[in-house]
Amino acid sequence: MSVNEITTDVVVIGAGPVGLFAVFELGLLDLKCHLIDILDRPGGQCAELYPEKPIYDIPGFPVINGQELTDNLMKQIEPFGPEFHFNRMVTKLEKLDDGTFRLETDEGEVFRAPVVVVAAGGGSFQPKRPPVPGIEEFEGKSVFYSVRRMDDFRGQDVVIVGGGDSALDWTVNLQPIVNSLTLVHRRDEFRAAPATVNEMRKLVEDGKMNLHIGQVSGLEGENGELSEVHLKTKAGEATLPATRLLPFFGLTMKLGPVADWGLDLNDNLITVDTEKFESSVPGIFAIGDINYYPGKLKLILSGFHESALMAQAAKKIVSPDEKVVFQYTTSSTKLQKKLGVV
Amino acid sequence: MKILVTDHDGNEHELEALEGWRVMEVIRDWDLNIKAECGGACSCATCHVFVDEKWIDELEGPTEEEEDMLDTVPDVEVNSRLSCQILMTEELDGLKVKLAPSSRNEDAAA
Repeated sequence: MSVNEITTDVVVIGAGPVGLFAVFELGLLDLKCHLIDILDRPGGQCAELYPEKPIYDIPGFPVINGQELTDNLMKQIEPFGPEFHFNRMVTKLEKLDDGTFRLETDEGEVFRAPVVVVAAGGGSFQPKRPPVPGIEEFEGKSVFYSVRRMDDFRGQDVVIVGGGDSALDWTVNLQPIVNSLTLVHRRDEFRAAPATVNEMRKLVEDGKMNLHIGQVSGLEGENGELSEVHLKTKAGEATLPATRLLPFFGLTMKLGPVADWGLDLNDNLITVDTEKFESSVPGIFAIGDINYYPGKLKLILSGFHESALMAQAAKKIVSPDEKVVFQYTTSSTKLQKKLGVV
Repeated sequence: MKILVTDHDGNEHELEALEGWRVMEVIRDWDLNIKAECGGACSCATCHVFVDEKWIDELEGPTEEEEDMLDTVPDVEVNSRLSCQILMTEELDGLKVKLAPSSRNEDAAA
């Protein structure tokens, strides 16, 4: 057994609203969860796509936004001490001879659990890639979608693309250490925080960086090492010397490795039964937007229901000899103790 | 009423549309490949279309919110719009749009 192996009752893949609520239902049955998510915080689509958008169909909440719902769920599951592993993607999932599952992340961690719950929504959030021919060969060498180490940009000719907070924050933060910096955006208006936009404008005024209104149309370079970036601007074409490119167009969902785990799929959704929401591999459950069954509706409330039924079946796998009595949180002192309210 | 939609492979489709439906919903309902991952909340920009130049001025202009989302479209053009923000009306009978590369759902079954 590897020293870095994390052993738990249930590994939940995806920390969106449905993955979070699964922790609650599993927790009432004394099952301990580890959650893995590619984003840097809980909430999934609610946090990434519409944190401030009102949601009107959560039972009991006439209106609630994505961030509030996430915050409430985090509070609701706190008594169960879920452990989160953010900025990670599960790359491998295999069933071992003893019937448990072994999961591996892109950061090299290994998890072992008798139950896996896939609550991965529309897949994992990945950066939107500009449709520039040949960009793939530069990725990871001179084209980056995030800044992991600022040192990778020191002394470089950096082109940043976008008009949101990531683009503007990194423009301002990298400018002092680079050789040259150019910000490219499609219009002369920025949705980033006004203070940062003003800072950027001041840098342009002082001749410390350039701003181009337009978009990237081509890349030049060899062996993944970028040398020039072509721009399409209103004034026409332009070419800039560039050794680093940082496109910031936000994130979009891609199914990712889920398709490689040997589960029966229906149009890239995991086929489950409607009694236990179990996939074609016993012990692997799928809940929320990632699953398919006849009549499926991609609603958060459907995922909540699926969580409750899944938990009952998961309990039988983890503790096959334990008799489970169905109880209500309103009346059961046992459940209330678990919730820390008595 | 109808809309004309050119898909990602360049094929044109004439789709029956209903008044009050979002153009994204019409395209999705007819099972053309469109990602539209936020479901019409103007939050993801993956229902991006290019509007035929003859039609662009017939549409109500984009809101500031839509403009902000268009900033996250890597293949934006002057006739770019988010199809979830175009509501079908009698006046738009015959509207012609082309699905942008960034609205393609790469995970959809062929």
